[in-house]
This record gives sequence, structure tokens and C-alpha cells, in this order.
Amino acid sequence: MTQLALVIDLNVCVGCHACVTSCKEWNTSGAAGALADQNPYAADPTGTFFNRVQTFEVGTFPRTETVHFPKSCLHCEDPPCVPVCPTGASYKRKEDGIVLVDYDKCIGCKYCSWACPYGVREFDEKQKVMKKCTLCVDRIYDLSLPEVDRKPACVKACPTSARLFGDIHDSESEVSVAIRDNGGYQLMPEWSTHPANHYLPRRKTSVHIHADELERADNPLKIDRQQPQPGKAEPSLDDVTSW
Amino acid sequence: MHPAFSVIFLTTLIGVGQGLFLALFTAHTYALFGLLPDQDGQRFYAYGSLITLLFMGGGLIASFFHLGRPERAWRTATQWRTSWLSREVIVLPAFMGMVLLYGMVHLLDWKLVLVTLPSGLPIDVSVLLGSLAWLLAFALFVCTGMIYACLRFLREWHTPLTVINYILLGGASGFTLAAAFSAFAAPALVGFFAGWSVIITLLGLASRIAALSRNARLQPKSSLQTAIGVKHPRIRQTAMGFMGGSFNTREFFHHVRRPALRAVKWFFLAGAFVVPALLLATGVSAATPVVLILAFIVQYSGLVAERWFFFAQASHPQNLYYQDVVSG
Repeated sequence: MTQLALVIDLNVCVGCHACVTSCKEWNTSGAAGALADQNPYAADPTGTFFNRVQTFEVGTFPRTETVHFPKSCLHCEDPPCVPVCPTGASYKRKEDGIVLVDYDKCIGCKYCSWACPYGVREFDEKQKVMKKCTLCVDRIYDLSLPEVDRKPACVKACPTSARLFGDIHDSESEVSVAIRDNGGYQLMPEWSTHPANHYLPRRKTSVHIHADELERADNPLKIDRQQPQPGKAEPSLDDVTSW
Repeated sequence: MHPAFSVIFLTTLIGVGQGLFLALFTAHTYALFGLLPDQDGQRFYAYGSLITLLFMGGGLIASFFHLGRPERAWRTATQWRTSWLSREVIVLPAFMGMVLLYGMVHLLDWKLVLVTLPSGLPIDVSVLLGSLAWLLAFALFVCTGMIYACLRFLREWHTPLTVINYILLGGASGFTLAAAFSAFAAPALVGFFAGWSVIITLLGLASRIAALSRNARLQPKSSLQTAIGVKHPRIRQTAMGFMGGSFNTREFFHHVRRPALRAVKWFFLAGAFVVPALLLATGVSAATPVVLILAFIVQYSGLVAERWFFFAQASHPQNLYYQDVVSG
């Protein structure tokens, strides 16, 4: 069984919203109809998005970290939004695990959005149906696109490669390896929805510099003692001084 | 959650309709066994069924205002295997149809005896139709209640008390309406309906207070830590991803300040339970239909407030992602 999913690396995400705009651009231009906006150029602009990037500050000043947090449908393996749908418009595809809404069957009762603990379904005020991330299902199987482009728009757009896309049921796929090696986790595990999308945690990057690395042991000038050795407080660029 | 008036009127109006029918059929059953004076079917049961249908129809119309695409509503009957909403959509018209038949049989005074009990009691077709409608009325209460009670993320709703409250509050308002209706159509039954109405209203008060105290003690299962997966005690949201609001900030928040919320709670506790119970008691002793009608109007307004509070009180875990709205 295939379960396509996104793996989002919070250690790399810089919060640029490129995935948000790229997602909006691709999905508002598709055959399924536009993602409608209200007051786009006026006060209180609002509209339908499949993907949002939020920002959190962790810790107490001055010891804080900024976490940018992209949020879209997690394509749960046990999606609570699907069984509650009265029309069968919400469904999970057997072949690749993508959770989709059939916009032609949806009656816009919003019940599925109540049943999703993550709040990733959005009601389209123009089309009057519920919408959500499709993992760019109209793109990843499009044989007319070059193979490198058969990825969700958000993944293609990310300038820091914080978003990976693949099959989490294939233990050797890029996403499975990333989850395994970097401690990938799921959101709100307490509800047993088994989200397919995983997040990679922030990682501490630390460098140890040993004393012998501070001085170039193989510096020929130093070995020969042809130059006077400046004090350690002096500038230490090789081209300027020579100890 | 954002309380939508379409759903508030749907659930309260059909609650009245179901309760009224349960009251009618209870009186019918009592009369069958000779415990109450027999009523003229044409005036009492037929008009009672008509009023039931008017309330059910009102609720049905209200429900359509909740749908983005009402023209596709017929599709909602397809997922009865998994969805309580789909089950409700099937049971509601089935109940209405059965009540229509029940009323028609009484209107036409059709007394086809199906079976005679060993005691010599004749069971006619109206008893059969009434029993089926009685079952469907309870099935509809269970479906409506389970629509909310089955959502495990909304922990204020995820309790058997939700279903019990829908049954008791619908039943109470229906019996109150039956008391007011019988003041005109069957004065001999006023005391019977009003008595049961007071009992069900007080039971409803007890179970609603049980739900309120349960919800007051609820500890949230999710936190900002589990929502974004960062295990640090101090997390502050600095951006929600937009500035002008979204579906998430509209659908899941009531946008009402706490004192107003408390005021609604006290209003519905008085309006849906205490005041109507007192009015019913005075209405019966003073034998004035106006007081009974007033009791129903007060109780219905109280139940609208109760339903509003039911929605407003439920706090959805997705709200964790919108801290600016949470803190108001």
C-alpha cells in the first residue's frame, strides 16, 4: 500500500511563505475551479488556502527560538473527517492514501471540518464546498510534465528544501529515511489519527573547535620561525599575520 | 464553535416536534388502556400530528440554510453506514411520513383492527403507525445527539449526556406544547401533559447541569506543544499565517466575551427549565391556556439559548493554532 505524504523539516523552514503562494497559484488555476478570495485588495482580506505558514516563538526572551510552522492537510491514515461525511464527498484514495473532497458531491455542510482536529479544511465561500490540500493530485500523476516536476507545488517552490514528498510506506523512500534518521513526528498523536505528513524537529547544530585547530600546526612560516610571532590577540587572518 | 442559527433552529424545532408527537402517542396509549379519557381522534390527534409536522418542516427548512449546496441534499442519504448526519437525514423524513400517516388515519377515523389482545383490547392501525413513529422519534433524537456526541475531538460534546439532553429537552418542550395545545383541543388532558412536562423539564435540568459540571472539569487533551510538536513549556504564537481572518477563525470561535457567555448560561437555565416549570404549575392550577402558551414560548426561547450555549461552549482543538483569537 502506498501512502503519499509530505515531510516538513522545521529545522530548515525559514517561513518565507513560498509554499503558500505556490500552492495557491497552482490550485486556483486548476480544473476544479478557483480558490476564491474575499476583499483581496481591501481591508480584512480573506480567502481559501490549502496551506498556511504560522510562526511561533519558543522560550523566554532572550533565549528564544523562532519556529516557522507550515500547516496543511496531513492526509491521516485514519482520517476522522471521512466517515462523518453524509454524501461520501470526502474520501481516502486506496491507491495512494490521499484524502480528497469530490467538489461535485459536497453539499457544504461543514461537518467534516468539525471532525478534523487540525483545522486544515476550509470552506470556499464562492463555490460553497469544502476544500483542502490534494497533494497536487492533478500534478503528481501528470505524464505531460517532466518527471522532476511531478511533485506538489509547495515542494517544488520551497527554496530551502524543507518539504519532502514521497511514500511513507516504502521504508527506503526519501521521506521514510528522513523520518527515521531525524526523529520525524506526527501532530497531536493523542487523537490516534495517524497523520501521514510528518514534521522533522529543530536540531541543534554545534561545532567543537579543539585547541590545536586554532593554530595551523603545518604553517611553514611558523615552523621556520622566520617571522616574529604576534600575540594571540592580534588579527589572525593568514594573509595578514602569520603565526 | 460558532453557533449557527440554522442548526440551532433545526435541532430545537424538530425537538419540539418529536416531543409533541411522543406526548400525543403517550396520551393515546394511556387512553387505549383506559387510564385517560378517550379523545376525539379528528380534533386532537389529527391536529396534533399537523402541529408536529409544522415544527418538523420548520426545522427541515432551517437545516437547508446551513448547506452551501442545498440542491445536492439528496446525496446525504447515501452514507448511513458511517455518518450519523446521513442517518438523521433518513430518519427525519421517515418520522415525518409516519406522523403524516398517523394523523391521516385519525382524520379519516379509520379503525381497522389488526389484532385483538388476549384481554380483548383491539389494536388498530393507528396504534401500529403510532408505535413505529414513536420508535422513529427516539431514533431521530439519538441520530441528532450522536452527530455531536460522536466527534471525539469536541470533548464537551463527546459524552452520552449529549444524547440524553437532546431527548429530555426535546421531550420537555414537546410535552409543554402538548399541554398548551390540549388546553384548546382536549382540556381533560392538560393536567396529564403539564405534569409530565414538569417531570421531564426537571429531569432535563438535572442532566443539563450534569453536562455543565462535567464540562467545567474537562482538561484539554491537546496543547500547543502537541499541536506543533515542540516540547517547551513556553510557546507564543507570533503569526497565524494571515491577518484578515479565515474559515478557521470564523467557524470555530463564538467571538463572545466571557461575561456574555455566562449570562446566556443563566438565561437558559432559568428560561428553559425553572420558569416554564413554574408557569406550567400555575397554568394547570389556574386553568388558563394563556399561561401554558407563555410557558411554551419561554421554554422554547430558553432552549434556543441553551443550544447556542451548547455550540459556543465546545472548544475545538484546531483553535490551538489561532492563539490570537483564543486570547481575544
